Amino acid sequence: MRFERREHRPLALVITAPLIAIGAALAISGLLIAIAGAPVLEAYWLILKGAYGSRLSATETLTRATPLMLTGLAAAVAFRARLWNIGAEGQLYVGAITVAAASSLLFGSLHAAIQIPLLLVLGATAGMVFLLVPLWLRLRFAVDEVVTTLLMNFIAVLLVSMLIDTVLKDPTAFGWPQSQAVTNEGTLPKLLSRSRLHAGLLIAIVLAFVVHFIQSRTIFGLQSRAAGLNPVAAGFAGVPLGRTLVIVAAISGGLAGLAGAIEVMGVKGYVTTDLSPGYGYSGIVIAMLANLHPLGVILASLFIATMFVGVDGMSRVLGVPSYIADVTVALSLLTMLVALFFTQYRIRR
Amino acid sequence: MTTPVLEISGVSKRFGALLANDGISLTLSRGEIIALLGENGAGKTTLMNILFGHYTPDSGTVMVDGKELPPGSPLAAIRAGVGMVHQHFSLAPNLTVLENVTTGTEPLWRLRAQRSKARIRLMEISRRFGLKVNPEARLGDLSVGEQQRVEILKALYNDARILVLDEPTAVLTQVESEQLFATLKEMAALGLSIIFISHKLDELMSAADRIIVLRGGRHVAERRPAETSKAELAELMVGRTVKRPVREPHTPGSVVLEANSVTVTTGGVDRLKSIDFSLHEGEVLGIIGVSGNGQSTLAGLLSGTVPISSGSLILYGHPVDSGFSVSDAVNAGIGRIPEDRNKEGVIGEMAIWENAILERLSSFSRRGLVDRRAGMALAVRIIEQFDVRGGTPGTRTRLLSGGNMQKLILGRNLVNRPRILLAAQPSRGLDEGAVAAVHERILEARRAGTAVLLISEDLDEVMALADRIQAIAGGRLSPPIPAEEADTRKIGLMMAGSWSGEAEHAV
Repeated sequence: MRFERREHRPLALVITAPLIAIGAALAISGLLIAIAGAPVLEAYWLILKGAYGSRLSATETLTRATPLMLTGLAAAVAFRARLWNIGAEGQLYVGAITVAAASSLLFGSLHAAIQIPLLLVLGATAGMVFLLVPLWLRLRFAVDEVVTTLLMNFIAVLLVSMLIDTVLKDPTAFGWPQSQAVTNEGTLPKLLSRSRLHAGLLIAIVLAFVVHFIQSRTIFGLQSRAAGLNPVAAGFAGVPLGRTLVIVAAISGGLAGLAGAIEVMGVKGYVTTDLSPGYGYSGIVIAMLANLHPLGVILASLFIATMFVGVDGMSRVLGVPSYIADVTVALSLLTMLVALFFTQYRIRR
Repeated sequence: MTTPVLEISGVSKRFGALLANDGISLTLSRGEIIALLGENGAGKTTLMNILFGHYTPDSGTVMVDGKELPPGSPLAAIRAGVGMVHQHFSLAPNLTVLENVTTGTEPLWRLRAQRSKARIRLMEISRRFGLKVNPEARLGDLSVGEQQRVEILKALYNDARILVLDEPTAVLTQVESEQLFATLKEMAALGLSIIFISHKLDELMSAADRIIVLRGGRHVAERRPAETSKAELAELMVGRTVKRPVREPHTPGSVVLEANSVTVTTGGVDRLKSIDFSLHEGEVLGIIGVSGNGQSTLAGLLSGTVPISSGSLILYGHPVDSGFSVSDAVNAGIGRIPEDRNKEGVIGEMAIWENAILERLSSFSRRGLVDRRAGMALAVRIIEQFDVRGGTPGTRTRLLSGGNMQKLILGRNLVNRPRILLAAQPSRGLDEGAVAAVHERILEARRAGTAVLLISEDLDEVMALADRIQAIAGGRLSPPIPAEEADTRKIGLMMAGSWSGEAEHAV
């Protein structure tokens, strides 16, 4: 058996690849569910019901999808330019803590119409700065950003942990390590009453379209794609490689920082070290499932959110550990990589 | 003649719509050297991959020593004594020669490799076939020619009796090529059978016992060198008469580019050492030399990718400052044909139209947005004017053949009528038809008054195109000689670094 590079990448295959990958991931985790002694189809039905069965659960799923969309976009933008930003998790935390600090300590009751945009910009900026450091290391000393961005995640979380136990500690939290809260004026408006769904979802969706527009229509988009596909040829053609990467990093880090900012301003109100159940890392899976397409990110983040929100109900009813959601998500990354391989190669005998 | 060592009969292989091999048959006797001649895409490499078991043929058989090889099994091919020397070597640069040769031959369950035994065996083979190597040398430290020798030794170490070489001289210098063929002839005299793929007519005529011409996947002709001519072979290969264009006399204009004692140092090494040249409108200045002697740096210097360290570069009468960038070069009307099409020239995964505009994005920008329509229009123009075949503006560039890719690169540079054209190895790896097309374009630019700096290691090419010739050796540039005074011997000496008055600097 041999693999042969395809001359043409069939469009139908490229589009269906994520669906096939998800199907395969579900089939494999189905085996695990069966081993756990639960009926597989019913388990998936319960996950779906848990995620969309009621008004509350549907809004919860969308709320959960919001930061995932942003971290997914952050990864997709960076990966397209071959900037391996594995640090969305850290950028999310610095975005979050920046927003909490700025709102509680600086802005106070500054009017929402001014405070909210300011906070969003600050959160995004914090994420940008946090990614520009490893990028600078790469451009200046050729340090691999996979390593630096990954390790900076731990720096971010520990930094946050220190801040919320010291200067930013909320004195009214009965000694729990949590940050002071974003003021009412800094809180994102709700989209629906009696739910946690907030305006952040709209921001994320709009940004997905904006990123799509930038990538497909602008000179910068063309340059960043060229730089990602073949840096030598792009440099030969005069694409400013360093500058392009800096802008890509600013967008990517900004989106991840925004994810943290929005999560704090829309849902949590304050920062703890368990603000993110791995949103930054899930963003990588989402970006791959979306085949790095910004609009695909919207759908992929919905899938991941569905799994994570829906699994709890299923777990309660059938007794299958809720970790099955993590397993499925991780498997979907692997199956997607295989599926992507087969969009480029075919089997020859 | 006794039974043939190798007999390929009726082999066909289809890839999608393309019939890569169409009922090809050939035989090879013991001690015989045959050459496979054909343009790129004629099916040579496919046929050899079938022989080696990389591909399974749709029909037909491969027999070695009268026994049929199971299709699609490289292991069976190796066991039967077929050895392949690939165009791009399959060796590890960080290992020694001995380690490279023995990789894959060691039994897996042995804890320690049998180095001394292997070493003795390697030296024995090396002596018998006159392939000198140092088994302890690190492969990465060897020249390309030596690396190829190791690749051949590796095949012989595996008891190859049929040796297949895929364009063995594509990466070699003239001298190395001659050495290689001398070695191959000795090996044939010792009973090895050899097939080599080439489209260089000179070497076919001198080295092969028989020449088999493939065209469009078919076996179209078979000739012995004595009963054919280069012209006939070229015609058989292309299927029509191909004539390389000739340079007509032409008076050059004023100087557009001048280098005075230019030195370029990168990574602590002097890549160019105090070079001088001047380039006139409407002339072709040929820089001949064995690759690796500073050509890439010279090309990079004029392309705006390599900064000058000392000396001065004077462009249209004004010295170029140290920050001379790619966009400066493009804006100054320098057309650039890079030496490596795939690495530097185009981005394979992008569309033809995107590659067409990549160098001049600012001209195709409307308030930061890509002017797709104008880009498409340019691509259509290039495709029509420069006869780029095999794609529309939206086609991914990777799907073009080497010749058509080169026409696209030529097109995107020449369509704007550059004042200077930098052509680095413009016809490397192209087939005869494409070479003629590239040469025609370069001469056309010369007629239109463009100053052409041609960097090449192909002597025929330089002699055919250049008005004046300078040799590059060890980062130094010889004084120019007029093309009329150039002959193979003189240029050979210049390429070796000895030119009158400068012989003491010879490398």
